[in-house]
Amino acid sequence: MTARIAELLRALGARIVNNWVWRLGFAFRFLWVTLKESGASFRRFHLTIREIYFTGVLSLIIILVSGLFVGMVLALQGYDTLVRFGSSEVLGVLVSLSLVRELGPVVAGLLFASRAGSAITAEIGLMKATEQLAAMEMMAVDPIARVVAPRFWAGVISMPLLAALFSAMGVFGGYLVGVQLIGVDEGSFWSQMQAAVDFREDVLNGVIKSLVFGVAVAWIAVYEGYDAPPTAEGVSGATTRTVVTSSLAILALDVVLTALMFRGT
Amino acid sequence: MMTRKELDLWVGVFAVIGIGAMLFLSLKVANLASFSAADTYQIQAKFENIGSLKVRAPVKSAGVVVGRVSEIHFDNESFEAVVTLNIDGRFKFPKDSSAKIMTAGLLGEQYIGLSPGGDSANLKSGDTLKLTQSAVVLENLIGQFLYNKAAEGDTKKK
Amino acid sequence: MQDTVATSNLVEVDQVWFGYDERRILKDINLVVPKGKVVAIMGLSGCGKTTLLRLIGGALFPSEGEIRVAGRVVNKLGDAELFELRRKMGMLFQFGALFTDMSSFDNVAFQMREHTDLPESMIRDLALMKLQAVGLRGAADLMPAELSGGMARRVALARSIALDPMLMLYDEPFTGLDPISLGVIGQLIRRLNDSLGATSIVVTHDVAEALELVDYVYYMSAGKVEFQGTPDEVRAGKLPSLRQFVYGESDGPVPFHYPAPEYRQDLLAQ
Repeated sequence: MTARIAELLRALGARIVNNWVWRLGFAFRFLWVTLKESGASFRRFHLTIREIYFTGVLSLIIILVSGLFVGMVLALQGYDTLVRFGSSEVLGVLVSLSLVRELGPVVAGLLFASRAGSAITAEIGLMKATEQLAAMEMMAVDPIARVVAPRFWAGVISMPLLAALFSAMGVFGGYLVGVQLIGVDEGSFWSQMQAAVDFREDVLNGVIKSLVFGVAVAWIAVYEGYDAPPTAEGVSGATTRTVVTSSLAILALDVVLTALMFRGT
Repeated sequence: MMTRKELDLWVGVFAVIGIGAMLFLSLKVANLASFSAADTYQIQAKFENIGSLKVRAPVKSAGVVVGRVSEIHFDNESFEAVVTLNIDGRFKFPKDSSAKIMTAGLLGEQYIGLSPGGDSANLKSGDTLKLTQSAVVLENLIGQFLYNKAAEGDTKKK
Repeated sequence: MQDTVATSNLVEVDQVWFGYDERRILKDINLVVPKGKVVAIMGLSGCGKTTLLRLIGGALFPSEGEIRVAGRVVNKLGDAELFELRRKMGMLFQFGALFTDMSSFDNVAFQMREHTDLPESMIRDLALMKLQAVGLRGAADLMPAELSGGMARRVALARSIALDPMLMLYDEPFTGLDPISLGVIGQLIRRLNDSLGATSIVVTHDVAEALELVDYVYYMSAGKVEFQGTPDEVRAGKLPSLRQFVYGESDGPVPFHYPAPEYRQDLLAQ
């Protein structure tokens, strides 16, 4: 009996070390190499621009539309609750703070992870499976500098922009529903908002969050792609892992960052 | 496959609207433009109790925001709170102005209300306000109320 | 090889072992490739020939032994030196490995754009010349997805000779091709080798094409070189595993039946 438990524990330990600890260490080393090889991403900026197009620009539709809808729902739900306390004029505050502090960075991050992150993983994984990365190495071009790093930086640059766009569209959506549809006073909508949302506390913290999320998603996406087994199942598994791990990472980092930033002092 | 020119164009558009969104959030949603830190002067005020006054709380006079609280610390000699106020350079106040800690609404955030005095000389950067009134602390109020009620009850009995 | 005195060797594999205790992929490999020759490394799948190719290219490092290319020890080179060496080597991967996000022309021009400062007009001329050499100048603007297997491999060949390498490595160049493309690739390998004054190593298990094409053959089995010789010597070879390989016999040293329990026992086992 005890022998079986010991065997189970040993297997569990082996799994944890082999799958998690080892991979995590490799992931950190991979990030380090990517950062080291980033010179070309900036000296030949057109490489990064190309990737910004595929990760950022092509994510615009989903980000803008989702932002609009989320803002609208916030206004609808918020009004319903606030009007009971006679405080409907702070609707703008509710919508804008929710978006700028939390929903903008987090939801945009989750959408980015599932749309752009998975695409990056699939692309790099496929290039590895079809030996394109090996071919590049044989032609004395470092695939990490040429393929991985530009995609990483494109993700880091795109995320804050997308989060800001999400929040801006959300505020606009809240305005449309709150002021135009429901009839909250336009003047107090904006003035209360301006009084309550602080640039440093709220907007800047939101931007910092989205940058952190951007680094996390981009890192996970390029790593999973580069590490994927060179088969169809391997690449598809890596793609799902990117989405799942990125989403969990975003939510976990959000807890940490929110606790650090918004401690209510 | 897009040409490089097309890629650059789209990425440029993306960057412009992204930065535009950030500007929108900073200026229209938040209050970035309304305060230039360049021309402000600092004055200090001491309070027995600042209640829940926070840094960056507004300083208002006649209900209009004229400055912000920049620092709050504790004076270990006089055991009082020392609050530093950043006042917009456009507004000058007499030397004998008074500061009072007020609450916005019944349970709202606390801010500093600045009432002008009558002195012909104005406050300069580094001056300290002489007259201050501390925050009204709810617990003390309730305690006082209960005490008064108890005293009333005693006198009634007698 | 017989006359190592007359021609100097471009590639020398010296007592190379690869792999660890449980899985030794290569065991004490010794082979040389003289300058200007086309040499085939043949064997069944899993015998280690592709691994050997990767070792020569510097993508893998041997556990023991040395690999020398043009006199330099490949596994001891620093990054910059390996970089230099690779610019003089070309490798054709099994299915071409073209970069799918750029056109055939851009694929061929890739190395020129990355490693040289040549003006774009010159790069254009050079790339078109390379494509012309493989007969695909007209397909320059096609994307890899639009090419047939044989065409893709030819474009990849044009890409790998872009910088006029001194050593060409071919990983299973004949796999999956129709008879016409087979003939074309075979001819190209020989023609390019001779016109570039290069040396070529072809890893394959396509016996017919290889014996027509190459100057010398190394036959590998289970990580060791079992036989070496000219194509004629290979055809006449008496070694059983070599005969089975060359003549495609279904049973021999490599058995037809995968190891299994006794047939009658298995059927009655219900």
